[in-house]
Amino acid sequence: MTPSTIELVPAAEDRRIARHAAAAIVLTVAEAAIPLPLPGVKPGLANIVTLVVLARWGWREAVWVALLRVFAGSLLLGQFLAPGFFLSLSGAIASLLVLGLAMHLPQRWFGPVSHSILAAFAHIGAQLVVARLWLVPHDGVFYLMPVFAAAAVVFGLGNGLVAARLLHELGRGSEPAEKNPER
Amino acid sequence: MTGWRHWLRPGDSVVVVLGALVCVWSALAMWRGGAPDSALIRAGGTLVAEVALTRAQMVEVEGPLGTTRIEIAPGRARVASDPGPRQYCVRQGWLERAGAVAICAPNEVSLMLTGRGADYDSLNY
Repeated sequence: MTPSTIELVPAAEDRRIARHAAAAIVLTVAEAAIPLPLPGVKPGLANIVTLVVLARWGWREAVWVALLRVFAGSLLLGQFLAPGFFLSLSGAIASLLVLGLAMHLPQRWFGPVSHSILAAFAHIGAQLVVARLWLVPHDGVFYLMPVFAAAAVVFGLGNGLVAARLLHELGRGSEPAEKNPER
Repeated sequence: MTGWRHWLRPGDSVVVVLGALVCVWSALAMWRGGAPDSALIRAGGTLVAEVALTRAQMVEVEGPLGTTRIEIAPGRARVASDPGPRQYCVRQGWLERAGAVAICAPNEVSLMLTGRGADYDSLNY
């Protein structure tokens, strides 16, 4: 009789996703401790991890890392299934879709900073739509759009620069920088 | 700070500038408090015309005393002439804010500007 225990053997890819997601979750939790003047305006430091994973390991892994971060981060912060969770989930999905398109821009001209800013705009766009349709059914939410747009540019630029630098440092490090089946 | 510029690729700067433009555009579009969109013209209490404040034009309205001429210009409107005796509505001059009203009571004509973020919800007299 064969033993009936099912053994799940994590592949190297699984371990990598878990490692990156853990880093992203740490950043999410750390960021939650920063007092912010306006709900919804936050740096989104965890997206640095998403950008790095996107550039080094492709879109599919970036999706895994970003969504795991949204779910686990909200569980840790007690936000799971609260309005804030749906806002971050919609923002994450929209920015992942935009990242999927933006990564095909010419590499010579557009780097992580472009990806980061475009994703940040997708993020606020989706959040505003969800907030307008569901949380604040009034056009008043769009009154805050300039604030969110400014945050998207500033934090998108900051995160993108950090990601670009990290990618450079990692590229020189021990891990191989290739393994991109899509490209 | 200069060291960080090293990580920007040429297209990235374009994206940053475009993002900044979106900020400016959204601030101008969302925060123009009190700017009127259109003019409501009433005669004898009924609405006779709703005119967008986009291009210059004249609107003539008939009342019991005669013709009131309303001048529409981009972003503003005024009562240009009125047969009333005291000319209060004409002397009000250009109306430039949402919610502003000029009433030519003798000729039963009123001009009201509407738009987002009006100063008043309604005026009664």
